[in-house]
Amino acid sequence: MRKIKEFIIEKLILVCGLASIFFVAMIFLFLLKEGMNVFQTVSPFKFLFGKSWYPISEPAQLGILPLILGSLLVTFGAAVISIPIGVACAIYIAEVAPQNMKEILKSGIELLAAIPSVVLGFIGMVTIVPWVKNICHLPTGLSALSGSIMLAFMAMPTIVSIAEDALYSVPKSYKEGALALGATHWQAIHRVMLPAASSGILAAVMLGIGRVIGETMAVMMITGNSAVIPHSILQPVRTLTATIAAEMGEAVVGSEHYFALFAIGIVLFIISFAINVTADLFLHKKR
Amino acid sequence: MSKKNSQRTQKIAFSLLSLATLLIVIPVGLIVIIIIQKGIPAINWQFLSDVPRQGMRAGGIFPAIVGTVYLVLGAIVFALPIGLLAAIYLSEYSKDNYLTRIIKLAIVNLAGVPSVVYGLFGLALFVVFFKFGASILSGSLTLGIMILPIIITASREALESVPYSFREVSRSLGASKWQTIRHIVLPNAISGIITGTILGLGRATGETAPILFTVAAFYLPQLPASIFDQAMALPYHLYVISTQVPNVDEKVRYGTALVLLVLALFMNLVAIIIRYQFRKKKKW
Repeated sequence: MRKIKEFIIEKLILVCGLASIFFVAMIFLFLLKEGMNVFQTVSPFKFLFGKSWYPISEPAQLGILPLILGSLLVTFGAAVISIPIGVACAIYIAEVAPQNMKEILKSGIELLAAIPSVVLGFIGMVTIVPWVKNICHLPTGLSALSGSIMLAFMAMPTIVSIAEDALYSVPKSYKEGALALGATHWQAIHRVMLPAASSGILAAVMLGIGRVIGETMAVMMITGNSAVIPHSILQPVRTLTATIAAEMGEAVVGSEHYFALFAIGIVLFIISFAINVTADLFLHKKR
Repeated sequence: MSKKNSQRTQKIAFSLLSLATLLIVIPVGLIVIIIIQKGIPAINWQFLSDVPRQGMRAGGIFPAIVGTVYLVLGAIVFALPIGLLAAIYLSEYSKDNYLTRIIKLAIVNLAGVPSVVYGLFGLALFVVFFKFGASILSGSLTLGIMILPIIITASREALESVPYSFREVSRSLGASKWQTIRHIVLPNAISGIITGTILGLGRATGETAPILFTVAAFYLPQLPASIFDQAMALPYHLYVISTQVPNVDEKVRYGTALVLLVLALFMNLVAIIIRYQFRKKKKW
């Protein structure tokens, strides 16, 4: 009797172990199932590189290039801000901060990660948006720049915590060796620890960027949502994620517009898949 | 480079590093302080217990709070058993082979899928394919799959931190593998598992994109009667009154943001404290 019970439990454990694979596959399959329909009317090339996104005009124009460029611009801006600050903060926490300070800072970073994105979006609307408007003398502060600043803060927790882990896992003997040879603490960090942790830091940066590309609510609330090809970071843009979130409510199930939004989902899924797999390779690189 | 020079370089470098840290810490502090300061005046019993009135410009946020609680509980009921068993598989049963590698990769990917893509998935699978409609059930299942990787990763870490010798002793006394897991490994990993569960709860509380098309109601003054009903939810409500409804009193927005922030941060704080206490008490 006990044997049977154990057998059932162990099989159940195996099934749940495989659940993650099942769910990832299901997500991709259902995106494909709905999204591929759009390619009956638009060629994949025209979909990806078409310059206008007018999903409800007659006939609908379903080119997502403006959305891709919007996502790239906002992501680029966020990366420029968050990578140097995030990596520097990780070094500070891992190497410079005194022990008790370290715990407080790490908890603080965790709390930043825990602030819901819609709350950050709201705060961005009432702080960053008016600042950007006034400082840059714009008709509206809802712009790619505001989005970039906000998203930088959403990328930082990821970058800091993974980069800090990478620095922490560099063998102590590396640093001790450098110090014993007369290097200053900074020289040891800069010349020995950073190179040794480089693949982990690279993974941290990639995962931070992945977080930014996938971010939806905050971006939708502060980038201005205009689906045109941006020419400057001070213009309003619309990202891939915001397009889905903003338009799916109005799209009729089974319409071309509905399928097109799922096709955008496929694009996002593939981007995040590529980023996560590559970052994982970097994290598990054998030395 | 002379000794003096390199000392100076170090000083400059370290000041830059601490500056970068301040650039993160100060805004975070400001965000929390601003929301608390401007949100507190809105908080009173009526705000927490009344339905929204006058086109959501007045009244309270009670239905949104209730909706969020239902959604989060539903998500955890679904995700905790699967996540915990998956963690047990990875820590106790899996061998170092390709299958394990793929499972781990799948977990990483599940954690990385953009939240709005979860929304699409929930819409296609639960709302349309299974015909659950926009309902608490659809929303909870979508959120549940989203927090699965958090629960698996935290539980697995907790299980793996239980020393191997505990298992060996138990097995040598004649306990079966499952008995060992059930009576030795799980009790010793429980605080880590709770921590992971609470973090998952916190994440599910704040997410908006996955519930946009699967459950969230723009305005629904009555409480949901069953899991097949739509519901309001706190994060979506904040989005609605911030962007979709004109002329909402700022106080109401800040108050809603404060309630949401407190719920999300409170859970994380609890998780941090449990973990800290546990590390302090750990005997091995």
